[in-house]
Amino acid sequence: MARVVVDVMLKPEILDPQGQAVQRALPRLGFEGISDVRQGKRFELEVDGPVDDTALARIHELAESFLANTVIEDFTVKVEEVAEAGK
Amino acid sequence: MTARIGVVTFPGSLDDRDTQRAIKLAGAEPVALWHKDKDLKQVDAVVLPGGFSYGDYLRAGAISRFSPVMATVIEQAKSGMPVLGICNGFQILTEAHLLPGGMLGNDHLHFICRDQKLKVENAETAWTADYESGQEIHIPLKNMDGRYVADERTLDMLEAEGRVVFRYVVGGAFADGFGNPNGSLRDIAGISNEAGNVVGLMPHPEHAVEPLVGSGRTDGLPFFTSILKKLVNA
Repeated sequence: MARVVVDVMLKPEILDPQGQAVQRALPRLGFEGISDVRQGKRFELEVDGPVDDTALARIHELAESFLANTVIEDFTVKVEEVAEAGK
Repeated sequence: MTARIGVVTFPGSLDDRDTQRAIKLAGAEPVALWHKDKDLKQVDAVVLPGGFSYGDYLRAGAISRFSPVMATVIEQAKSGMPVLGICNGFQILTEAHLLPGGMLGNDHLHFICRDQKLKVENAETAWTADYESGQEIHIPLKNMDGRYVADERTLDMLEAEGRVVFRYVVGGAFADGFGNPNGSLRDIAGISNEAGNVVGLMPHPEHAVEPLVGSGRTDGLPFFTSILKKLVNA
């Protein structure tokens, strides 16, 4: 079994008021030196069977058509190794 | 014979009954449609009502857009059937790519609920023919994700093609001083597709069809009389 992670972020030119609210709270918590925060979404997909090119292509299609709205968001797809010892 | 106008109920729709009522008050026949049903019951037009379909999970309208009923709505909208999306319905139309751009959270991060002043920019769509171009109207607005965004090229195209149908009134004698309610680019409150049969807007015309409730005016009723006239005269 493998895990595929899809990260979705608002396109850089689009205002992210939630990220700004987080950034403005940082000095109050004693965190200095963070000039910008942008907030996104992370999807962890547990895939049955091998994550080969066909499986990745399907996940890419899923991300493009559903997990992200590419009019307003960008996404990345990456495969993550799952440690068997933890099972 | 009058026109039959379908209203889709999704899990989480809130304004389906009010929309049916507005259609009836305008003199047309409302037809209840169910999100799991591909069949549109031979309606002449469809309204996607406001609410929080599928809990707004993922993005507002993102899951509804893939419901069985939407497959038929998308197909028929592309061949000219009039479709109106109000609030969550507007979000569904952008997710379905029947309308360009997208909807995001209000820039001030708060839910908003108030009577909103709008300017009718295009009185030639299937849903706005009973207004006059430039007319100013006052109807309720209530949403969390009302910020309309699109890239500059798309915004320029919408303006050039007269597809900005409604704008929030932020200045002039009619303005109420509240300004742009949600950070929508270029104060856009509603747009149409290229053919003008598909219209989406954030404010709620169905809540302003009787003097007793809403903004105390019936400024929303012309949506429903516009479409009725168009369908009956067709």
